[in-house]
Amino acid sequence: MPKITRRAFAASSAAAAAVAAFGSRPALAQAYPARPVTVIVPWGAGGGTDATARIVAALLEKDLGQPFNVVNRTGGSGVVGHTAIASAPPDGYTIGMLTVEISMMHWQGLTELAPKSYTPLALMNEDPPGIQVSSTSPYKTVKELADAIKAAPVGKFKASGTGQGGIWHLALVGWMQAMGLPANQVAWVPSNGAAPAMQDLAAGGLDLTTCSVPEARAIIEAGKARSLAIMAPARNPVFPDVPTLKEAMAIDYSTGAWRGIAGPKGLPADVAAKLTASLKKVYDSKEYKEFMSNRGFGVVWGDAAQFATFMDKGDAQMGVAMKAAGLSKA
Amino acid sequence: MLNTLMEAFALISTWEVIIALLAASVYGLVIGSLPGLSATMATALLVPVTFYLSPIAAIATIVAASTMAIFSGDIPGALLRIPGTPASAAYADEAYAMTRKGEAELALGAGVWFSAVGGIAGTLSLMILAPPLAEVALSFSTFEYFWLAFLGLMCATLVARSSPVKAIAAMFIGLLVACVGIENPGGVPRFTFGFTDLFGGIEPIPALVGVFAVAQVMRAMLTPEPPPIPKRKFGSIMAGQWRLTKKYHLQMTRGNIIGIIIGVLPGAGADMAAWVSYAMSKRFSKEPEKFGTGHVEGLVEAGASNNASIASGWVPSLLFGIPGDTIAAIAIGVLYMKGLNPGPTLFTEKASSMYAIYLMFIIANLLMIPLGIVMIRLASHVLRAPRSSIMPVIMLCCAVGSFAIGNNMFGVVTVATFGIIGYVMEANGYPVAAMVLGVVMGTMVEQAFVTSLIKSDGSILPFFERPISAILAAFAIGAVIWPVVVWLWQRLKRKSPAVTPAG
Repeated sequence: MPKITRRAFAASSAAAAAVAAFGSRPALAQAYPARPVTVIVPWGAGGGTDATARIVAALLEKDLGQPFNVVNRTGGSGVVGHTAIASAPPDGYTIGMLTVEISMMHWQGLTELAPKSYTPLALMNEDPPGIQVSSTSPYKTVKELADAIKAAPVGKFKASGTGQGGIWHLALVGWMQAMGLPANQVAWVPSNGAAPAMQDLAAGGLDLTTCSVPEARAIIEAGKARSLAIMAPARNPVFPDVPTLKEAMAIDYSTGAWRGIAGPKGLPADVAAKLTASLKKVYDSKEYKEFMSNRGFGVVWGDAAQFATFMDKGDAQMGVAMKAAGLSKA
Repeated sequence: MLNTLMEAFALISTWEVIIALLAASVYGLVIGSLPGLSATMATALLVPVTFYLSPIAAIATIVAASTMAIFSGDIPGALLRIPGTPASAAYADEAYAMTRKGEAELALGAGVWFSAVGGIAGTLSLMILAPPLAEVALSFSTFEYFWLAFLGLMCATLVARSSPVKAIAAMFIGLLVACVGIENPGGVPRFTFGFTDLFGGIEPIPALVGVFAVAQVMRAMLTPEPPPIPKRKFGSIMAGQWRLTKKYHLQMTRGNIIGIIIGVLPGAGADMAAWVSYAMSKRFSKEPEKFGTGHVEGLVEAGASNNASIASGWVPSLLFGIPGDTIAAIAIGVLYMKGLNPGPTLFTEKASSMYAIYLMFIIANLLMIPLGIVMIRLASHVLRAPRSSIMPVIMLCCAVGSFAIGNNMFGVVTVATFGIIGYVMEANGYPVAAMVLGVVMGTMVEQAFVTSLIKSDGSILPFFERPISAILAAFAIGAVIWPVVVWLWQRLKRKSPAVTPAG
């Protein structure tokens, strides 16, 4: 075994330092990406957003030939990670995954950040809310449930699926408004996410949940709950038996939790174009489609411009729902 | 059934799975035993690795690393009074007292042995009782969870060596800490002072690391070096364990059962199992006065309990996709990523994969005995190392571990702050373990109470109407009233001069 002498060590560290210095210089002449790219995820390891980001990163790596390292920047209900993406240097070496919360948090006065604070690259996924009841519930269709809700006094029915002011709460508010009912017709019971809400639904503590169908899947398959409808323009091919609200009761209301890739504001146009093109390839790949359909996640594509319009539209819709629910500070 | 078992054996007897299992075991042991680095972190850091492994190997790494890390959290608890996980915090004082008495090998041996027994008992419950246990989990609504969390909090007064008043005060500080953030039922930011980092609240792990590890380092800087533990050969680790098993088989069984039941309830997990079991052990012990002075009885029961809950915690995860604790939440993510979607179909269509998971649990718990002994032997050297060389390393581990939780400096600042809080509390005789319990349970108590009231339109009657809820309420109220009754009775007795005052 060769002995590491002090001189050899000094030489090699000098070399390493030189490489580091060279590597961190803006790679002007070289084609992007010339070094590893960091992908920031505002949510924890093991969750749905984390999994989606990791499959996208792995496929980007394959296409662009540089490592795409996923970094979980958790905390602050997503604010911390979203801030980290927005405040990174706009050189294309730090991008991140935005989630629907970016169009909600600023209405609540939690952050200054809004969809406008980013360079949108691509919309990759959207999951519509479902309407689930316990398997012991008397309501077999969403129409029956809606009629019972209309007939009941305000706050008689209890629903859950996420925390106060979370995406599934606003989905419920939007649905109530679409039926011409007050925002608080169904009382919202805040929970720490979809899984505890589904558990409480099965335990008989709730009347309905409005989380997405993939989140409710395991409990539904266990025969403890039923999904009556989804608030989407079209049925989910993984759950073909669940009708849309439009089909079931002629209400044209849809929303959803989405995930997309974006960079900090002011990303160079050529870098952004290259990333969007590569993300399109990722989206079209068999691996991505298989991965998403296995989890029951919906796939929706939007290029940079479509993603920007999509976020603006969603942002305005969220503002209306949040004001109705009394959650907005803006 | 036998066919499925054979298939499962074939699934796990590939080189990839065996290497993954071994490597993850060693990794889990090392991370768990380093003060400041937690079992949850060990599991989270494995996620990127599992991405490149086959499904069974990926699950193997999670199973092995989490099992090992929960046990090895006992090692720094016993040797340095720095519990590696909140689950070890309940009995860290006790184990450290044993080390000071020169019984470190007995304390750690009990940790490894009863953890393995508990882990295997939990696995058997997962194999045999999964469907009925799942029914138990699904019969718990927020009303029941409120009483359960309330009972958990009551344990703070039961296990404390200091005055119950100071224990309750420390617990309330913990509850106050749990108020920080926007993850409360109202979704309103509380005590965030405009810092976005505080939105997410204070996690139990950084609080735990601060009040135990950092505060310990601060104390070490200010107090003279304690008299060294008599230098002697570290005795056999497993020698006394069979004797303990026979002597405390009742406690062990009770610990296993409590662990299995609490583990199955999503959200409660290993932390609460350890606290409840330790408190029960003291409550029903024939010699409760020995608790806190280096008595192995509580260690047996709590050690058996927290590892049993790890395995049974997989029941709701595998059947319904509902995570029992933070580690299970990560495990569910990995299951989904590998196409082993949780749900009843996992037990029918992919039965061989399920059996492979059972087998890996059993192998991991068996592996824990030899690997744990090696780890204890290596770790025992810290007892002989000078304090001036150990303490800086602990500080470094705390800084690295707290940074790794959220990849930002906020965690490091939190740990440092709690170090100071923990130091001040301890110096004034307030038990920091009770505060950690408050932080762990606070969110659950509040969430369960407020959401229950929303559901019942403000009526408190349903807290007593539902059958399981009523039973738990009776326990909880009894636990509050009992000490008061005893105290009154003793006062009355003391007033009559004929009776000698009760000690």
